[in-house]
Amino acid sequence: MARHGGRMTRQAHRRPALVAVVALGGALGAAARYELGLAVHPVDGWPLATLLANLAGAFLLGALLEALVRRGQETAGARVVRLGLGTGVLGGFTTFSSLALELERLLAAGSGAVALGYATVTLLLGFAACLGGVVIASRHHAWRYAGATADGADGATG
Amino acid sequence: MTALLLVGLLGGIGAATRFVVDGAVRARWARTFPVATMLVNVTGSLLIGLLFGAVTSHGLGPGWSVPAITGFCGGYTTFSTTMVETVRLVQSGQVRRAVVNAIGTTLACLAAAALGVAVMALVP
Repeated sequence: MARHGGRMTRQAHRRPALVAVVALGGALGAAARYELGLAVHPVDGWPLATLLANLAGAFLLGALLEALVRRGQETAGARVVRLGLGTGVLGGFTTFSSLALELERLLAAGSGAVALGYATVTLLLGFAACLGGVVIASRHHAWRYAGATADGADGATG
Repeated sequence: MTALLLVGLLGGIGAATRFVVDGAVRARWARTFPVATMLVNVTGSLLIGLLFGAVTSHGLGPGWSVPAITGFCGGYTTFSTTMVETVRLVQSGQVRRAVVNAIGTTLACLAAAALGVAVMALVP
């Protein structure tokens, strides 16, 4: 039987161990979002738990991915961190389906203004939070690198 | 406690499903526009609408609906990746595509969720 999976670099999503890493991270992220939902209640119809999870997750994923990209060529360990923490934990912590259902429920209840406000705030602050994470990670990297070279040390150490 | 464990279990399965679907779509359909993430979010929103409709129209109990909605649908769909991809589009000067990605995903997911709820209301 023809076998196409024998290449050295099999695609990540076809490697069971990496899928398991994503699943483990996703379980933690989803459980954390569930707990957040129990602790934080809607205010004036605004689903604050989903909003908080999405804004925090957007910031952290922007910072994580930018920090990893700036390390250069991805190592096997860095890939596990990216898939476990990024694709798994933060991907599982944030949600688009709950946002969509909450918007549908607000519209069905006649709260069009709240729905529009909630969607606008989610997208604008979500973008700003993610961009902020990217900028902070890039500046931190530049600062570390400049500090290391100024000391005459190897740039890879911090 | 049982609910938390089930949410975690189905959340993990949801995230793994997203990883596999996303990778399969990217492998076959390489585009600068992030269609894979959008596809995941829209299908997950359709599913959450169907599940919520099953709760309201057919009496699906919280023992199943909470892990399925909060766990699987939440773990399967992602807001953070959509935002990172939007930021990357802006950084590469593709502002129009970034706006279409963010607003288009939101509107498509809203429509998919509404469709799911409506379909379950029609199912006898």
